[in-house]
Amino acid sequence: MGFFKLGSMTMGSLFKEPSTLRYPFETKEPPAGLKGRIVNDKDSCILCGACMRACTTGAIAVDRKGRTWSINPYRCVQCGYCITVCPKKCLSMNPHYSEAAREKKIRIVNVPEHPKPARAKADAAKGVDAGAKAGEEAAAAKAGQKATAVKDAEGAETNGAAGKDAAEN
Amino acid sequence: MGKQTIIPFGPQHPVLPEPIHLDLVVEDETVIEAVPQIGFIHRGLERLVQTKDYNQFVYVAERICGICAFGHSMGYAETVENLMGVEVPTRAQYLRVIWHEMSRVHSHTLWLGLAADAFGFESLFMHAWRLREKILDVFERTTGGRVIFSVVKVGGVTRDLDDQQIDYMKSVFADFRAEYTKLIRAFLDDSSVKNRTVGVGTISRADAVNLGMVGPFLRASGEPYDVRMLGSNGYGELEHFEPITDDQGDCYARIRVRCEEVLQALDIIDEMLAKLPAGDIAVKVKGAPKAGSEACNLVEQPRGECYYYAKGNGTKYLDRMRMRTPTSQNLAGMAATLKGCDVADVNMIVLTIDPCISCTER
Repeated sequence: MGFFKLGSMTMGSLFKEPSTLRYPFETKEPPAGLKGRIVNDKDSCILCGACMRACTTGAIAVDRKGRTWSINPYRCVQCGYCITVCPKKCLSMNPHYSEAAREKKIRIVNVPEHPKPARAKADAAKGVDAGAKAGEEAAAAKAGQKATAVKDAEGAETNGAAGKDAAEN
Repeated sequence: MGKQTIIPFGPQHPVLPEPIHLDLVVEDETVIEAVPQIGFIHRGLERLVQTKDYNQFVYVAERICGICAFGHSMGYAETVENLMGVEVPTRAQYLRVIWHEMSRVHSHTLWLGLAADAFGFESLFMHAWRLREKILDVFERTTGGRVIFSVVKVGGVTRDLDDQQIDYMKSVFADFRAEYTKLIRAFLDDSSVKNRTVGVGTISRADAVNLGMVGPFLRASGEPYDVRMLGSNGYGELEHFEPITDDQGDCYARIRVRCEEVLQALDIIDEMLAKLPAGDIAVKVKGAPKAGSEACNLVEQPRGECYYYAKGNGTKYLDRMRMRTPTSQNLAGMAATLKGCDVADVNMIVLTIDPCISCTER
């Protein structure tokens, strides 16, 4: 029993560094491994849609015909489940403290088409130009080919031609 | 004999972090009866189990409550693992225990700050929350989140600890323990705190057991019951565990039990970090729970025993997921404790059960 039991701690606090930061003049560095916003590596993405199906809040949308991957950051709860289900490991978390937004905007990633590895190899054996073949495939996709063809593109190198990342992250 | 009056308490009240309403029937300055009313923040999360598959629901379960987030995700994952007969790797069990005990430390220090605020000791409140920030920083570095962690999955955990992180945790916990030991002297020995809490809101051991109370509220009345002593999952690896009890059953006893449980949790973390085995942190879970299969699980949340029940239907969507949370068990005890107390002590008594209304209403 006694009184002023917090005295030593309170007096000590007078001579220590403040526990708080003078935000916004000082900001905290995000530690490695911090959960941040989801980033999609468009060169690896095959638009398989596994992330869209796994997303608990329905924040991710994949449009195979339009070749876009989009995320609504206002629905995303940063659980990271989409990262664990991605077969190409193209999704990752960017360690990042969310800043204030001026408008609600959905982030859209334009995913370029990738050449199909099996056919590319066969074409190489036949001496067909791979670039020309990729162009043909792009035309086929535009014509409404079923997106199951994307499955064949696993492991493909990007042709880098159709990449328009104006809205990337 | 005075006239009886009903005074509404809550749902918005400075002492309440979450909304609960009490109708206090008072006569002069004495509470004759307290009638609790809940239902302000019901979100229907249990129903979501039928629209989210069993893997997705982990992230719903941990959003039941911001303070018991890790415990709920762990409790749910363990229930589904029981349902599907999944054996979780030992390292994952250790990591779950470490993070769960860290949750207890941050929950109890948060509560200690709220208690200090309730009895008007503002500097004590700020010191308690300043210390809690250290634990949140450790969470941030090890799990990526400060309040919602998303590190539990069915079959294990999603993140591992490396040697650098373990050294960092040990150094933070050593500093925390030194400062915390000074802090609790104010809670346990200061006359102003004792004047406000000793002999206030007393409930006997027999009443506590009969009313089905759980957690520190029960243990402060002398009943040595803690789910961790059953040694389920990772807690079975502990060399020794004994619940912390007090036989006074008043507000001061409840403060003392929680103060000492933080030190006990730090001991458990130290032991688990020292013994952390090498190995995998998760196993791959395939398939779905069988139709008609049922499983249950118990977890000692910071507020007490939480009971989980799950039923499978042969698909990846569960048929039923039910949890009985500690605060719903403690509300009857709280109403009994409030009978006969002074109106001025109501806020202290309500706070000492550590009500978590988000968990209760889900």
